[in-house]
Amino acid sequence: MADSTTGLPPRLQEIVEDFQWSEGREKLELLLQYAEELPDIPAWMQNQSFEQVEECMTPVFVLSEMTDGKIYFHFHVPKSSPTVRGYAALMKKGLDGLTPEEILRVPGDFYLQMGLDQVLTYQRLNGIAAILAHMKLLALQEVTA
Amino acid sequence: MMDKYAYPDYLVDTEWVAEHLKDPAVRIVESDEDALLYEQGHIPGAVKVDWFTSLQHPIRRDFLSVKDLEQLFSNLGIGNDTTVVLYGDKSNWFATYAFWLFRYHGHEKLKIMNGGRAKWEMEGRLLTKDVPGYPKTNYQAKESDPDIRAFREDVFAQIEQGKPLVDVRSPKEYSGELLHMPGYPQEGATRGGHIPGAMNIPWAQATNEADSTFKSPQALRELYEGRGITPEKDIIAYCRIGERSSHTWFVLTYLLGYPKVRNYDGSWTEWGNLVNAPIEK
Repeated sequence: MADSTTGLPPRLQEIVEDFQWSEGREKLELLLQYAEELPDIPAWMQNQSFEQVEECMTPVFVLSEMTDGKIYFHFHVPKSSPTVRGYAALMKKGLDGLTPEEILRVPGDFYLQMGLDQVLTYQRLNGIAAILAHMKLLALQEVTA
Repeated sequence: MMDKYAYPDYLVDTEWVAEHLKDPAVRIVESDEDALLYEQGHIPGAVKVDWFTSLQHPIRRDFLSVKDLEQLFSNLGIGNDTTVVLYGDKSNWFATYAFWLFRYHGHEKLKIMNGGRAKWEMEGRLLTKDVPGYPKTNYQAKESDPDIRAFREDVFAQIEQGKPLVDVRSPKEYSGELLHMPGYPQEGATRGGHIPGAMNIPWAQATNEADSTFKSPQALRELYEGRGITPEKDIIAYCRIGERSSHTWFVLTYLLGYPKVRNYDGSWTEWGNLVNAPIEK
């Protein structure tokens, strides 16, 4: 498994490994920690128009900003959907501060290595894929801007 | 006539639950769509069942076996005489799923907490992260009840006999525009549409958006009878994997008192993949 994780951005790689090392319920607890640590949207952003990730039934809103050529993401996910909040938080932590090009290179199925399929249905895991796909869309807009 | 549900004993309100938190004859069970909500905080004393990790057969597409249910209930401290009160997120969507399954495996002492998690939270009631432990029981399951579950053969027979089918999915899934529920792209089927003759009555129309409770008996009667889904009929409800239709099954069976309602848990993810099965668009 170790080989298949190479090529991920270092912080995302660490997160993936944390999940790999934890078992069963621990994976859920880890995901919940992320969910609880998802920062609120900064006050100055409250009035910005967020884009909704259409593929998610849970309303997920995401916005990106560029600072010194690096891309940063802001998410809004209701507290009643901790699983999706957890995904959003770990993606933010794993990918914030990279260049848009680096975001575009993240393999779309990286999350399969976290072993979350032991505790979540494959279907629910698609939420991660949808969030990553949307982050890539935002990154692409920066590249082509 | 008083505007009452047919079997009001199967429904309790949040206040009733608050008064029975420490009742040893009662076990409060949370069943959610979101796998982390229980961990985020639950009703004090409540235990968790997860529809994926606790309620499904580990290998084939089926529910947990009677033996596994006995194990699950024994571990949760549920005895044969324990009243199980279910609640969950999204208007008790997965709470009614667990209700249907427990009933299918023969447990009769079941209740739904009206309004589910959302109402409990709205009322500012206590949530805790403490996971309780209860003394193990030796639960003995009864025979499964075939009368509340429909398989595909039953659906073919239903079509042939011109009996009603209720498709509780969203209008776009029903019409075949979408192969899955908005937001659940992999729970799809290779073909879109609905089972011929099925009425489309989306499950959530039975609930009040404001507080996630069930609509009044009068409103529910109008909703279903207005579409020809009347009490004397033999009815099969389905959705995509059988969870949303458990909700409708609960409403028709316990709130309106329809005697013959079955849930087709194979639902669209089976029917829409079945070779040669008739589909209407």
